[in-house]
Amino acid sequence: MIEVRQLSKSFNGQQILFDIDHQFEKGKVNLIIGQSGQGKSVLAKCMVGLYEPDGGQIYFDDRNFTNMDRHERSLIRQEIGMLFQGAALFDSMTVEQNVMFPLQMFTQMTKAEIQKRTDYCLERVNLEGSNLLMPSQCSGGMQKRVGIARAIAMRPRYLFCDEPNSGLDPKTSIVIDNLIQDITREFEITTVVITHDMNSVMEIGDQIVFIHEGKKCWSGDRHSIIDSGNEEIENFVYASSFMKEIRSKLQKK
Amino acid sequence: MNLLKQFGRYILMLGVVFSRPNRFKFFWNQSLLEIEHIGINSLPIVALMSTFMGAVIALQTASSMESPLLPDYTVGFITQSSTILEFSPTIISLILAGKVGSNVASEIGTMRITEQIDALEIMGVNSLNFLVLPKVVAALVFFPVLVVFSMSLSMLGGWLALLVSDLTTTEIYILGIRSFFNPFHITYALTKTLVFGFLIVSIASFYGYYVKGGSLDVGRASTQAVVSSSIAILIANFILTQIMLLS
Repeated sequence: MIEVRQLSKSFNGQQILFDIDHQFEKGKVNLIIGQSGQGKSVLAKCMVGLYEPDGGQIYFDDRNFTNMDRHERSLIRQEIGMLFQGAALFDSMTVEQNVMFPLQMFTQMTKAEIQKRTDYCLERVNLEGSNLLMPSQCSGGMQKRVGIARAIAMRPRYLFCDEPNSGLDPKTSIVIDNLIQDITREFEITTVVITHDMNSVMEIGDQIVFIHEGKKCWSGDRHSIIDSGNEEIENFVYASSFMKEIRSKLQKK
Repeated sequence: MNLLKQFGRYILMLGVVFSRPNRFKFFWNQSLLEIEHIGINSLPIVALMSTFMGAVIALQTASSMESPLLPDYTVGFITQSSTILEFSPTIISLILAGKVGSNVASEIGTMRITEQIDALEIMGVNSLNFLVLPKVVAALVFFPVLVVFSMSLSMLGGWLALLVSDLTTTEIYILGIRSFFNPFHITYALTKTLVFGFLIVSIASFYGYYVKGGSLDVGRASTQAVVSSSIAILIANFILTQIMLLS
Protein backbone atom coordinates (compact mmCIF):
# COMPACT_ATOMS: atom_id res chain seq x y z
CA MET A 1 0.00 0.00 0.00
CA ILE A 2 1.12 3.55 -0.70
CA GLU A 3 -0.22 6.40 1.34
CA VAL A 4 0.11 10.12 0.76
CA ARG A 5 -0.68 12.52 3.59
CA GLN A 6 -1.22 16.26 3.21
CA LEU A 7 0.93 16.34 0.07
CA SER A 8 1.50 19.77 -1.43
CA LYS A 9 3.73 21.04 -4.21
CA SER A 10 4.31 24.36 -5.93
CA PHE A 11 6.52 25.53 -8.78
CA ASN A 12 7.85 29.11 -8.89
CA GLY A 13 5.27 30.24 -6.37
CA GLN A 14 2.35 28.60 -8.18
CA GLN A 15 0.60 25.97 -6.08
CA ILE A 16 0.03 22.76 -8.06
CA LEU A 17 -1.05 20.29 -5.35
CA PHE A 18 -3.10 21.17 -2.26
CA ASP A 19 -2.88 18.86 0.76
CA ILE A 20 -3.67 15.58 -1.00
CA ASP A 21 -4.57 12.64 1.24
CA HIS A 22 -5.07 9.22 -0.33
CA GLN A 23 -4.34 5.52 0.05
CA PHE A 24 -3.39 3.42 -2.96
CA GLU A 25 -4.33 -0.17 -2.23
CA LYS A 26 -2.29 -3.31 -2.71
CA GLY A 27 -3.32 -5.79 -5.41
CA LYS A 28 -5.51 -3.20 -7.09
CA VAL A 29 -5.18 -0.90 -10.06
CA ASN A 30 -5.39 2.58 -8.55
CA LEU A 31 -6.12 5.28 -11.09
CA ILE A 32 -5.31 8.96 -10.81
CA ILE A 33 -7.56 10.72 -13.26
CA GLY A 34 -8.28 14.30 -14.18
CA GLN A 35 -7.98 16.78 -17.00
CA SER A 36 -4.60 17.81 -18.38
CA GLY A 37 -2.69 20.28 -16.20
CA GLN A 38 -4.54 19.45 -12.98
CA GLY A 39 -1.55 17.93 -11.18
CA LYS A 40 -1.85 14.17 -11.81
CA SER A 41 1.69 13.68 -13.10
CA VAL A 42 3.10 16.01 -10.45
CA LEU A 43 1.42 13.89 -7.78
CA ALA A 44 2.89 10.69 -9.21
CA LYS A 45 6.35 12.23 -9.65
CA CYS A 46 6.27 13.39 -6.03
CA MET A 47 5.34 9.87 -4.99
CA VAL A 48 8.37 8.33 -6.73
CA GLY A 49 10.69 11.13 -5.63
CA LEU A 50 11.32 12.77 -8.99
CA TYR A 51 9.88 15.95 -7.46
CA GLU A 52 10.45 16.94 -3.87
CA PRO A 53 7.10 17.84 -2.21
CA ASP A 54 6.83 21.14 -0.33
CA GLY A 55 4.86 19.50 2.43
CA GLY A 56 3.28 16.22 3.45
CA GLN A 57 4.41 12.62 3.72
CA ILE A 58 4.57 9.59 1.44
CA TYR A 59 4.55 6.08 2.92
CA PHE A 60 5.44 2.89 1.09
CA ASP A 61 3.98 0.20 3.38
CA ASP A 62 4.54 2.35 6.47
CA ARG A 63 8.05 3.36 5.40
CA ASN A 64 8.28 7.15 5.27
CA PHE A 65 9.81 7.87 1.85
CA THR A 66 9.87 11.64 2.41
CA ASN A 67 12.39 11.49 5.25
CA MET A 68 14.78 9.05 3.56
CA ASP A 69 18.26 9.93 2.32
CA ARG A 70 19.49 9.23 -1.22
CA HIS A 71 20.73 5.73 -0.39
CA GLU A 72 17.54 4.65 1.41
CA ARG A 73 15.45 6.00 -1.45
CA SER A 74 17.59 4.08 -3.90
CA LEU A 75 16.69 0.86 -2.04
CA ILE A 76 12.94 1.66 -2.11
CA ARG A 77 13.18 2.54 -5.79
CA GLN A 78 14.45 -0.95 -6.52
CA GLU A 79 10.99 -2.07 -5.42
CA ILE A 80 9.32 0.35 -7.85
CA GLY A 81 8.66 -0.28 -11.51
CA MET A 82 7.59 2.57 -13.73
CA LEU A 83 6.13 2.70 -17.19
CA PHE A 84 6.65 6.14 -18.73
CA GLN A 85 4.35 7.96 -21.12
CA GLY A 86 6.87 7.61 -23.97
CA ALA A 87 8.15 4.25 -22.65
CA ALA A 88 11.58 5.89 -21.96
CA LEU A 89 13.51 2.90 -23.29
CA PHE A 90 17.27 3.31 -23.48
CA ASP A 91 17.67 3.83 -27.19
CA SER A 92 21.29 2.63 -27.31
CA MET A 93 20.23 -0.81 -25.99
CA THR A 94 18.25 -3.65 -27.53
CA VAL A 95 14.87 -4.71 -26.14
CA GLU A 96 16.58 -7.51 -24.23
CA GLN A 97 19.29 -5.25 -22.80
CA ASN A 98 16.62 -2.78 -21.64
CA VAL A 99 14.88 -5.51 -19.63
CA MET A 100 18.19 -6.95 -18.36
CA PHE A 101 19.53 -3.58 -17.24
CA PRO A 102 18.04 -3.38 -13.70
CA LEU A 103 18.83 -7.07 -13.10
CA GLN A 104 22.48 -6.60 -14.07
CA MET A 105 22.70 -3.39 -12.09
CA PHE A 106 21.13 -4.47 -8.83
CA THR A 107 21.09 -8.25 -8.47
CA GLN A 108 23.72 -10.92 -7.98
CA MET A 109 21.99 -13.23 -10.49
CA THR A 110 24.12 -15.28 -12.88
CA LYS A 111 24.05 -14.62 -16.62
CA ALA A 112 21.80 -17.64 -17.17
CA GLU A 113 19.37 -16.54 -14.46
CA ILE A 114 19.22 -13.03 -15.89
CA GLN A 115 18.57 -14.41 -19.37
CA LYS A 116 15.82 -16.67 -18.02
CA ARG A 117 14.13 -13.83 -16.13
CA THR A 118 14.40 -11.52 -19.17
CA ASP A 119 12.86 -14.13 -21.46
CA TYR A 120 10.06 -14.69 -18.95
CA CYS A 121 9.29 -10.95 -18.70
CA LEU A 122 9.26 -10.57 -22.48
CA GLU A 123 7.07 -13.64 -22.82
CA ARG A 124 4.73 -12.24 -20.15
CA VAL A 125 4.11 -9.16 -22.32
CA ASN A 126 3.84 -11.27 -25.50
CA LEU A 127 7.14 -10.15 -26.95
CA GLU A 128 8.97 -13.46 -27.18
CA GLY A 129 11.45 -13.39 -30.05
CA SER A 130 11.84 -9.60 -30.00
CA ASN A 131 14.97 -9.71 -27.84
CA LEU A 132 17.39 -8.26 -30.37
CA LEU A 133 15.23 -5.46 -31.76
CA MET A 134 16.24 -1.88 -31.07
CA PRO A 135 13.57 0.40 -29.53
CA SER A 136 13.45 2.41 -32.77
CA GLN A 137 12.39 -0.76 -34.60
CA CYS A 138 9.39 -1.28 -32.26
CA SER A 139 5.89 0.14 -32.67
CA GLY A 140 4.39 2.36 -29.94
CA GLY A 141 2.47 -0.56 -28.43
CA MET A 142 5.56 -2.78 -28.46
CA GLN A 143 7.62 -0.06 -26.78
CA LYS A 144 5.00 0.19 -24.02
CA ARG A 145 5.12 -3.58 -23.56
CA VAL A 146 8.93 -3.53 -23.36
CA GLY A 147 8.52 -0.74 -20.78
CA ILE A 148 6.20 -3.01 -18.76
CA ALA A 149 8.63 -5.94 -19.09
CA ARG A 150 11.46 -3.74 -17.81
CA ALA A 151 9.25 -2.42 -15.00
CA ILE A 152 8.38 -5.92 -13.74
CA ALA A 153 11.87 -7.42 -14.21
CA MET A 154 12.87 -6.73 -10.61
CA ARG A 155 9.59 -8.17 -9.23
CA PRO A 156 8.42 -4.75 -8.01
CA ARG A 157 6.04 -4.23 -5.11
CA TYR A 158 4.83 -0.97 -6.63
CA LEU A 159 4.10 -0.21 -10.28
CA PHE A 160 3.58 3.31 -11.63
CA CYS A 161 2.21 3.88 -15.13
CA ASP A 162 2.17 7.39 -16.56
CA GLU A 163 -0.53 7.57 -19.24
CA PRO A 164 0.17 4.08 -20.57
CA ASN A 165 -2.29 4.50 -23.45
CA SER A 166 -1.17 7.82 -24.84
CA GLY A 167 -0.54 7.57 -28.57
CA LEU A 168 -2.05 4.10 -28.88
CA ASP A 169 -5.11 2.97 -30.81
CA PRO A 170 -8.14 1.82 -28.71
CA LYS A 171 -7.50 -1.89 -29.32
CA THR A 172 -3.82 -1.75 -28.33
CA SER A 173 -4.79 0.42 -25.35
CA ILE A 174 -7.06 -2.33 -24.06
CA VAL A 175 -4.25 -4.89 -24.49
CA ILE A 176 -1.93 -2.67 -22.39
CA ASP A 177 -4.68 -2.04 -19.80
CA ASN A 178 -5.41 -5.74 -19.44
CA LEU A 179 -1.72 -6.51 -19.14
CA ILE A 180 -1.36 -3.97 -16.32
CA GLN A 181 -4.42 -5.41 -14.58
CA ASP A 182 -3.25 -9.02 -14.94
CA ILE A 183 0.24 -8.22 -13.65
CA THR A 184 -1.20 -6.31 -10.69
CA ARG A 185 -3.37 -9.26 -9.64
CA GLU A 186 -0.83 -11.95 -10.47
CA PHE A 187 2.01 -10.40 -8.45
CA GLU A 188 -0.17 -8.69 -5.80
CA ILE A 189 1.45 -5.31 -6.38
CA THR A 190 0.24 -1.78 -5.74
CA THR A 191 -0.32 -0.24 -9.13
CA VAL A 192 -0.85 3.46 -9.71
CA VAL A 193 -1.96 4.52 -13.19
CA ILE A 194 -2.21 8.12 -14.32
CA THR A 195 -4.71 8.49 -17.12
CA HIS A 196 -7.43 10.62 -18.64
CA ASP A 197 -8.63 7.83 -20.89
CA MET A 198 -12.23 6.90 -19.96
CA ASN A 199 -11.85 3.48 -21.62
CA SER A 200 -9.06 2.69 -19.14
CA VAL A 201 -11.13 4.01 -16.27
CA MET A 202 -14.00 1.67 -17.11
CA GLU A 203 -11.73 -1.26 -17.98
CA ILE A 204 -9.31 -1.42 -15.07
CA GLY A 205 -10.21 1.20 -12.45
CA ASP A 206 -10.40 -0.73 -9.16
CA GLN A 207 -9.85 2.45 -7.16
CA ILE A 208 -10.04 5.91 -8.68
CA VAL A 209 -8.99 9.31 -7.38
CA PHE A 210 -10.08 12.37 -9.35
CA ILE A 211 -7.75 15.38 -9.17
CA HIS A 212 -9.14 18.79 -10.05
CA GLU A 213 -7.18 22.04 -9.73
CA GLY A 214 -4.58 20.27 -7.62
CA LYS A 215 -7.08 18.96 -5.06
CA LYS A 216 -8.52 15.53 -4.45
CA CYS A 217 -12.02 16.06 -5.74
CA TRP A 218 -13.51 12.59 -5.61
CA SER A 219 -12.55 8.96 -5.04
CA GLY A 220 -14.37 5.69 -5.63
CA ASP A 221 -14.45 2.78 -8.07
CA ARG A 222 -15.39 2.46 -11.73
CA HIS A 223 -18.98 1.52 -10.94
CA SER A 224 -19.66 4.58 -8.85
CA ILE A 225 -18.01 7.08 -11.20
CA ILE A 226 -20.92 7.08 -13.66
CA ASP A 227 -23.40 8.47 -11.15
CA SER A 228 -21.03 10.17 -8.75
CA GLY A 229 -23.20 13.26 -8.48
CA ASN A 230 -20.01 15.36 -8.53
CA GLU A 231 -20.25 18.16 -11.05
CA GLU A 232 -16.53 18.26 -11.89
CA ILE A 233 -16.34 14.54 -12.46
CA GLU A 234 -19.49 14.57 -14.59
CA ASN A 235 -17.93 17.27 -16.75
CA PHE A 236 -14.90 15.02 -17.12
CA VAL A 237 -16.73 11.75 -17.80
CA TYR A 238 -19.32 13.27 -20.12
CA ALA A 239 -16.98 15.68 -21.87
CA SER A 240 -17.78 14.64 -25.44
CA SER A 241 -21.12 15.33 -27.09
CA PHE A 242 -21.41 11.59 -27.78
CA MET A 243 -21.18 10.79 -24.07
CA LYS A 244 -23.59 13.62 -23.25
CA GLU A 245 -26.06 12.09 -25.70
CA ILE A 246 -25.72 8.68 -24.05
CA ARG A 247 -26.30 10.25 -20.64
CA SER A 248 -29.44 12.05 -21.75
CA LYS A 249 -30.77 8.80 -23.29
CA LEU A 250 -30.06 6.95 -20.06
CA GLN A 251 -31.78 9.67 -18.04
CA LYS A 252 -34.88 9.50 -20.30
CA LYS A 253 -35.12 5.75 -19.72
CA MET B 1 23.55 36.33 -9.69
CA ASN B 2 22.28 33.74 -12.16
CA LEU B 3 25.87 32.88 -13.13
CA LEU B 4 26.73 32.30 -9.48
CA LYS B 5 23.66 30.11 -9.04
CA GLN B 6 24.61 28.07 -12.12
CA PHE B 7 28.17 27.70 -10.85
CA GLY B 8 26.91 26.48 -7.47
CA ARG B 9 24.66 23.96 -9.22
CA TYR B 10 27.61 22.79 -11.33
CA ILE B 11 29.74 22.22 -8.21
CA LEU B 12 26.88 20.31 -6.53
CA MET B 13 26.54 18.20 -9.68
CA LEU B 14 30.24 17.30 -9.53
CA GLY B 15 29.75 16.14 -5.95
CA VAL B 16 27.15 13.61 -7.13
CA VAL B 17 29.15 12.62 -10.22
CA PHE B 18 32.20 11.67 -8.15
CA SER B 19 30.54 9.08 -6.00
CA ARG B 20 30.98 5.33 -5.94
CA PRO B 21 29.47 3.66 -9.06
CA ASN B 22 26.58 1.21 -8.46
CA ARG B 23 28.41 -1.50 -10.37
CA PHE B 24 32.10 -1.30 -11.34
CA LYS B 25 31.57 -3.70 -14.23
CA PHE B 26 29.05 -1.30 -15.79
CA PHE B 27 31.29 1.67 -15.08
CA TRP B 28 34.26 -0.03 -16.71
CA ASN B 29 32.27 -1.04 -19.81
CA GLN B 30 30.76 2.43 -20.14
CA SER B 31 34.19 4.04 -19.78
CA LEU B 32 35.58 1.89 -22.61
CA LEU B 33 32.60 2.77 -24.79
CA GLU B 34 33.10 6.47 -24.07
CA ILE B 35 36.82 6.22 -24.90
CA GLU B 36 35.70 4.98 -28.30
CA HIS B 37 32.94 7.60 -28.71
CA ILE B 38 34.70 10.72 -27.55
CA GLY B 39 38.32 9.67 -27.98
CA ILE B 40 39.01 7.28 -30.83
CA ASN B 41 36.26 8.78 -33.01
CA SER B 42 37.97 12.17 -32.66
CA LEU B 43 41.24 10.91 -34.15
CA PRO B 44 40.42 11.82 -37.80
CA ILE B 45 39.49 15.46 -37.07
CA VAL B 46 42.50 15.87 -34.75
CA ALA B 47 44.81 14.37 -37.38
CA LEU B 48 43.49 16.62 -40.13
CA MET B 49 43.56 19.81 -38.05
CA SER B 50 47.01 19.11 -36.59
CA THR B 51 48.72 18.32 -39.88
CA PHE B 52 47.47 21.50 -41.55
CA MET B 53 48.06 23.58 -38.41
CA GLY B 54 51.70 22.46 -38.28
CA ALA B 55 52.12 23.06 -41.99
CA VAL B 56 50.76 26.60 -41.76
CA ILE B 57 52.87 27.47 -38.68
CA ALA B 58 56.02 26.29 -40.47
CA LEU B 59 55.22 28.15 -43.69
CA GLN B 60 54.27 31.37 -41.89
CA THR B 61 57.44 31.26 -39.80
CA ALA B 62 59.60 30.56 -42.85
CA SER B 63 58.00 33.41 -44.78
CA SER B 64 58.80 35.87 -41.95
CA MET B 65 62.45 34.86 -41.65
CA GLU B 66 64.11 37.75 -43.41
CA SER B 67 66.91 38.56 -40.96
CA PRO B 68 70.22 36.81 -41.80
CA LEU B 69 71.01 36.83 -38.06
CA LEU B 70 68.39 34.18 -37.38
CA PRO B 71 69.69 30.62 -37.74
CA ASP B 72 67.97 28.33 -40.31
CA TYR B 73 66.74 25.93 -37.66
CA THR B 74 64.51 28.69 -36.15
CA VAL B 75 61.57 27.47 -38.26
CA GLY B 76 61.73 24.02 -36.69
CA PHE B 77 62.17 25.45 -33.21
CA ILE B 78 59.18 27.80 -33.51
CA THR B 79 57.02 25.05 -34.95
CA GLN B 80 57.97 22.79 -32.05
CA SER B 81 57.47 25.32 -29.27
CA SER B 82 54.23 26.85 -30.53
CA THR B 83 52.78 23.40 -31.20
CA ILE B 84 53.68 22.00 -27.79
CA LEU B 85 52.93 25.09 -25.74
CA GLU B 86 49.75 26.30 -27.33
CA PHE B 87 48.43 24.96 -30.58
CA SER B 88 48.05 21.27 -29.72
CA PRO B 89 46.69 21.55 -26.17
CA THR B 90 44.55 24.67 -26.58
CA ILE B 91 43.39 24.76 -30.19
CA ILE B 92 42.72 21.03 -30.30
CA SER B 93 40.80 21.32 -27.01
CA LEU B 94 38.71 24.14 -28.47
CA ILE B 95 37.95 21.94 -31.47
CA LEU B 96 37.06 19.06 -29.15
CA ALA B 97 34.83 21.43 -27.16
CA GLY B 98 32.82 21.82 -30.37
CA LYS B 99 32.80 18.18 -31.40
CA VAL B 100 32.67 16.33 -28.08
CA GLY B 101 30.93 19.05 -26.05
CA SER B 102 27.95 19.35 -28.39
CA ASN B 103 27.73 15.57 -28.69
CA VAL B 104 27.70 15.02 -24.92
CA ALA B 105 25.21 17.83 -24.24
CA SER B 106 22.79 16.66 -26.92
CA GLU B 107 23.07 12.99 -25.93
CA ILE B 108 22.35 13.65 -22.25
CA GLY B 109 19.80 16.35 -23.09
CA THR B 110 17.86 13.97 -25.32
CA MET B 111 17.90 11.37 -22.55
CA ARG B 112 16.48 14.00 -20.22
CA ILE B 113 13.59 15.09 -22.45
CA THR B 114 12.68 11.50 -23.36
CA GLU B 115 12.53 10.61 -19.63
CA GLN B 116 15.39 8.09 -19.90
CA ILE B 117 17.16 9.86 -17.02
CA ASP B 118 13.96 9.68 -14.95
CA ALA B 119 13.81 5.96 -15.74
CA LEU B 120 17.35 5.52 -14.40
CA GLU B 121 16.51 7.47 -11.25
CA ILE B 122 13.32 5.46 -10.65
CA MET B 123 15.35 2.25 -10.85
CA GLY B 124 17.60 3.61 -8.10
CA VAL B 125 20.56 4.36 -10.38
CA ASN B 126 22.61 7.47 -9.63
CA SER B 127 22.07 8.84 -13.13
CA LEU B 128 24.71 11.60 -12.90
CA ASN B 129 27.35 9.13 -11.81
CA PHE B 130 26.24 6.52 -14.36
CA LEU B 131 26.16 8.91 -17.31
CA VAL B 132 28.81 11.52 -16.59
CA LEU B 133 31.64 9.79 -14.72
CA PRO B 134 32.58 7.41 -17.58
CA LYS B 135 32.70 10.39 -19.96
CA VAL B 136 34.94 12.34 -17.59
CA VAL B 137 37.24 9.33 -17.15
CA ALA B 138 37.35 8.77 -20.94
CA ALA B 139 38.29 12.43 -21.50
CA LEU B 140 40.98 12.35 -18.82
CA VAL B 141 42.45 9.14 -20.21
CA PHE B 142 42.25 9.82 -23.93
CA PHE B 143 42.54 13.61 -24.42
CA PRO B 144 46.28 13.53 -23.51
CA VAL B 145 46.72 10.75 -26.08
CA LEU B 146 44.97 12.92 -28.67
CA VAL B 147 47.17 15.90 -27.85
CA VAL B 148 50.43 13.93 -28.07
CA PHE B 149 49.16 12.54 -31.39
CA SER B 150 48.36 16.10 -32.47
CA MET B 151 51.85 17.36 -31.50
CA SER B 152 53.50 14.63 -33.57
CA LEU B 153 51.33 15.21 -36.60
CA SER B 154 51.67 18.97 -36.38
CA MET B 155 55.47 18.75 -36.51
CA LEU B 156 55.21 16.19 -39.30
CA GLY B 157 52.89 18.55 -41.19
CA GLY B 158 55.39 21.38 -40.77
CA TRP B 159 58.20 19.22 -42.12
CA LEU B 160 56.12 18.11 -45.13
CA ALA B 161 55.13 21.70 -45.96
CA LEU B 162 58.71 22.95 -45.78
CA LEU B 163 59.95 20.03 -47.82
CA VAL B 164 57.34 20.49 -50.56
CA SER B 165 58.02 24.24 -50.66
CA ASP B 166 61.77 23.64 -50.64
CA LEU B 167 62.27 26.09 -47.74
CA THR B 168 64.59 23.96 -45.60
CA THR B 169 66.16 20.52 -45.35
CA THR B 170 65.08 17.65 -43.14
CA GLU B 171 68.29 17.84 -41.08
CA ILE B 172 67.89 21.55 -40.32
CA TYR B 173 64.19 21.12 -39.47
CA ILE B 174 64.96 18.23 -37.07
CA LEU B 175 67.76 20.27 -35.51
CA GLY B 176 65.21 23.06 -34.91
CA ILE B 177 62.68 20.64 -33.44
CA ARG B 178 65.30 19.35 -30.98
CA SER B 179 66.78 22.75 -30.11
CA PHE B 180 66.10 24.16 -26.65
CA PHE B 181 63.59 21.37 -26.01
CA ASN B 182 62.26 21.68 -22.47
CA PRO B 183 60.58 18.48 -21.20
CA PHE B 184 58.60 20.55 -18.70
CA HIS B 185 56.67 22.02 -21.64
CA ILE B 186 55.21 18.57 -22.29
CA THR B 187 54.14 18.35 -18.62
CA TYR B 188 52.61 21.83 -18.94
CA ALA B 189 50.77 20.89 -22.15
CA LEU B 190 49.42 17.63 -20.75
CA THR B 191 48.33 19.28 -17.50
CA LYS B 192 46.41 21.85 -19.54
CA THR B 193 44.87 19.06 -21.61
CA LEU B 194 43.65 17.21 -18.51
CA VAL B 195 42.02 20.37 -17.17
CA PHE B 196 40.48 21.24 -20.54
CA GLY B 197 39.18 17.69 -21.04
CA PHE B 198 37.53 17.75 -17.64
CA LEU B 199 35.97 21.17 -18.33
CA ILE B 200 34.64 20.18 -21.76
CA VAL B 201 32.90 17.00 -20.60
CA SER B 202 31.63 18.24 -17.24
CA ILE B 203 30.27 21.54 -18.59
CA ALA B 204 28.59 19.80 -21.55
CA SER B 205 27.09 17.20 -19.21
CA PHE B 206 25.82 19.97 -16.93
CA TYR B 207 23.97 21.72 -19.76
CA GLY B 208 22.59 18.43 -21.09
CA TYR B 209 21.51 17.06 -17.73
CA TYR B 210 19.56 20.11 -16.61
CA VAL B 211 17.87 20.86 -19.93
CA LYS B 212 14.11 21.47 -19.77
CA GLY B 213 11.64 21.45 -22.61
CA GLY B 214 11.96 19.86 -26.04
CA SER B 215 14.31 19.36 -28.96
CA LEU B 216 14.82 23.11 -29.48
CA ASP B 217 16.02 23.41 -25.90
CA VAL B 218 18.42 20.50 -26.40
CA GLY B 219 19.89 22.36 -29.39
CA ARG B 220 20.17 25.52 -27.32
CA ALA B 221 21.82 23.62 -24.45
CA SER B 222 24.28 22.10 -26.88
CA THR B 223 25.27 25.54 -28.19
CA GLN B 224 25.54 26.94 -24.66
CA ALA B 225 27.73 23.99 -23.68
CA VAL B 226 30.18 24.70 -26.51
CA VAL B 227 30.29 28.44 -25.80
CA SER B 228 30.70 28.02 -22.04
CA SER B 229 33.34 25.29 -22.27
CA SER B 230 35.31 27.34 -24.82
CA ILE B 231 35.28 30.35 -22.48
CA ALA B 232 36.25 28.11 -19.55
CA ILE B 233 39.17 26.72 -21.59
CA LEU B 234 40.46 30.22 -22.39
CA ILE B 235 40.25 31.32 -18.74
CA ALA B 236 41.84 28.09 -17.47
CA ASN B 237 44.59 28.46 -20.09
CA PHE B 238 45.45 31.90 -18.78
CA ILE B 239 45.45 30.79 -15.13
CA LEU B 240 47.50 27.62 -15.77
CA THR B 241 50.06 29.56 -17.82
CA GLN B 242 50.43 32.05 -14.98
CA ILE B 243 50.85 29.29 -12.44
CA MET B 244 53.04 26.85 -14.37
CA LEU B 245 55.23 29.01 -16.58
CA LEU B 246 55.56 32.30 -14.75
CA SER B 247 55.56 31.58 -11.04
